Amino acid sequence: MERIPILRMRDLLLVTIQVDMHDRLAMTLQDDLTSAITKYSSRGVLIDISSLAIVDSFIGRMLANISAMAQVLDAKTVVVGMQPSVAITLVELGMSLQGVRTALNVDKGMELLRSILGEPPADDDTPDAGSQE
Amino acid sequence: MDQGIANEARLIGEVIDRNKPRLIDEWVAELTAYIRPQRGLSDNDLREQCAEFLQLLREAMGRGDLRNPSGAGWESVEDFVANLSRTRSQQGFSPTETAVFVFGLKKPLFRMLMEHGNTSPNLNHQIVLTSEFLDKLGLMTTECYQKAREEVISRQQQEMLELSTPVVKLWHGILALPLIGTLDSERTQIVMEQLLQRIVETGSDVAIIDITGVPTVDTLVAQHLLKTVTAARLMGADCIISGIRPQIAQTIVHLGVALGDVTTKSSLADAFAIALARRNYVISKRNATAQPAPNGASQH
Amino acid sequence: MPALKSKSVPLKTETDVVQARQQVRAWATEAKFSLVDQTKLVTAASELARNTIIYGGGGEMRMELLQEGVRMGVRLHFIDRGPGIPDIDKALQDGYTTGSGLGLGLGGAKRLSNEFDIRSKPGEGTTIMIGRWK
Repeated sequence: MERIPILRMRDLLLVTIQVDMHDRLAMTLQDDLTSAITKYSSRGVLIDISSLAIVDSFIGRMLANISAMAQVLDAKTVVVGMQPSVAITLVELGMSLQGVRTALNVDKGMELLRSILGEPPADDDTPDAGSQE
Repeated sequence: MDQGIANEARLIGEVIDRNKPRLIDEWVAELTAYIRPQRGLSDNDLREQCAEFLQLLREAMGRGDLRNPSGAGWESVEDFVANLSRTRSQQGFSPTETAVFVFGLKKPLFRMLMEHGNTSPNLNHQIVLTSEFLDKLGLMTTECYQKAREEVISRQQQEMLELSTPVVKLWHGILALPLIGTLDSERTQIVMEQLLQRIVETGSDVAIIDITGVPTVDTLVAQHLLKTVTAARLMGADCIISGIRPQIAQTIVHLGVALGDVTTKSSLADAFAIALARRNYVISKRNATAQPAPNGASQH
Repeated sequence: MPALKSKSVPLKTETDVVQARQQVRAWATEAKFSLVDQTKLVTAASELARNTIIYGGGGEMRMELLQEGVRMGVRLHFIDRGPGIPDIDKALQDGYTTGSGLGLGLGGAKRLSNEFDIRSKPGEGTTIMIGRWK
């Protein structure tokens, strides 16, 4: 059965959602992620939704659920890459995705995770990275 | 098409064929009486258009039902009329100057039908038939003209919207959207979408929406502003609204619009300072008496 | 107004929701909607398609591509013969912020669309129409 692949990067898990998900696939992802967090004692989860053109209330709830479940397992979640039209639609839909941290892209998502996890910022000389210039 | 109509069509067609040059001459004379010279349509151009129309008309009369010029067999005539009307519209012709192309054919054609058929018992019928199909074609020019006009207006509106509000980059990761003029619901939506798009494209964490140049804000516009801020937050960026004049502040409170935890500042400068601080920038002034450091940096 | 074209998409299993989204996306593109408008329509359709399957016991989505003057529009009808909605007004408000089940989908679909119509009779079924115009 099809599954969305979960990549492990040291103490983080990275998920890139690229397919139009049906409900069962979304539920499977939820299960797989919680299992993986436990199995690898992951401290952070990064979910890349930059390829998702549609986020409806079911998928929105899935993201909120993953965030909440991860928290229970002492892992932090950041959702990155939300497309503008998706954001506008979610606002109209009335979904606030309360409790879900977001960032514009993977780089910023990683940065956010590190700062939440209390790690020092990565040494990085791209001008838009933040504190270095 | 029944045999009676087919016969009439054939007869009318023969009259057209036998009198083509004179028909075109008189038709063009009618047209030049209506079309203003500054339209730049030369006599030759007109003749060519008339000749082409007659050609297509003759072919359609053979193929299709004379009573139904928008039906089968008339496609080429319809296309010609549609293109002509669109071009006329684009060139600034008035609706009359456009419709007269078809209607101008009536008098000359009737005249010729009468000359050739003044003993025919069916003359009346031929004239009525001719009048009817020319009327329908004439109305078609008006429809097409109108449609072309609407397309132009629609396109111009789109262009105006796109040109009127640029999003500017103030610093690394900080965008500003200076809104100028009255905001209507549609314009606000489009502008907001552009802002969110630029946020993604530039990877900017902070966007300052400056409404110094906006005279009034109504509930709808305030709601759009708020929705934009919420959407930006969902994406992982943040918005600051600046340039709120006292009157607008009053309106916002009176309307009961809940700004919640949206940061607002009265000036763009203040908003910029906050944005810089959020991104961990510190601005310090070089000491006037000290030598500049070898690496030229006074930043942290 | 006569439709330029119409089509029926069955809504029986959850994979049909994905199918419905893709069909709606295709027609929204054909009607030349902006990306945001396309997304709104497809998302609303996703909500209603899911409702039809989960709460309506399955049904169909009938699609219509329409034209009025220079404007093109898409109308979607979600039809089921399920239990029906007893209190429509409540259903439109319910769950607005809690994000649970039926309520959010319905009210949300309405807010995302230019046109919205709902007919439901307990015991007979439900028909919901949403429309978006360029």
